[in-house]
Amino acid sequence: MARTLIHAPTTARKGEVLEIRTLIAHPMETGYRAGADGRTLPRDIIRRFSCRYNGEVVFSADLYPAISANPYLAFNVVADASGSLTFTWEGDNGFAQTESATITVS
Amino acid sequence: MNDRPLFDPSRRDLLAAGLGVGLCVVWRPARALSDELTGALRGFTGGAPTREGKVNFDIAPLVENGNTVPITVTVDNPMTTANHVQAIAVFNEKNPQREVIACKLTPRVGRPVVSTRIRLATTQQLVAVAKLSDGSYWTHTVDVVVTLAACIE
Repeated sequence: MARTLIHAPTTARKGEVLEIRTLIAHPMETGYRAGADGRTLPRDIIRRFSCRYNGEVVFSADLYPAISANPYLAFNVVADASGSLTFTWEGDNGFAQTESATITVS
Repeated sequence: MNDRPLFDPSRRDLLAAGLGVGLCVVWRPARALSDELTGALRGFTGGAPTREGKVNFDIAPLVENGNTVPITVTVDNPMTTANHVQAIAVFNEKNPQREVIACKLTPRVGRPVVSTRIRLATTQQLVAVAKLSDGSYWTHTVDVVVTLAACIE
């Protein structure tokens, strides 16, 4: 399990636009670099990120090798109902991780 | 009759020439998109025309470390169901691969702003594109100077 850092408010007013910041520990090996033995290191990146709000995808992104190690993504979400935000990262070598945050909307 | 050497510029000529060169360096004409970027854009838009504007691609013009370069793409457009930003993508000119990131947005995002950190192999041009729900594409092109490139160690 990779370490993740998720910055999302726990309470919000209805209709408020919230900033969500996410970061996950991952080397994002590009597949273009040479290793210590001179051979190219195989690619190992996160290819896809998605954010679901109460099960519905609100934001998703395709990532490429040009994204830095430990991919950071910040975006916004409109608070429209109490519930959960689910973050999913998927990538090479069967990498998959899901984290969630709960939010109370008043 | 004319005993001047073949190349004998006067002080005035030299000054004028120097000014001309300086102008060429400082004032670069309207940036034409490089072939690489045009191709990448066409792949994203499917051949639809793109226009400059609406998009603001925020990146430092002088990058000291190409391994992590913070970027923010903001689109000046509302996020209503009738009129919203559907996708934001970033392309580069000289990394091994043209794509950097491609995001899909829904009206529930509320504000069309995306931030991340990217790698830059060298000094190059980058372009951010936004696709709106009416099918139009808007771009913003930036030139970035990179002093320490990514992928060297």
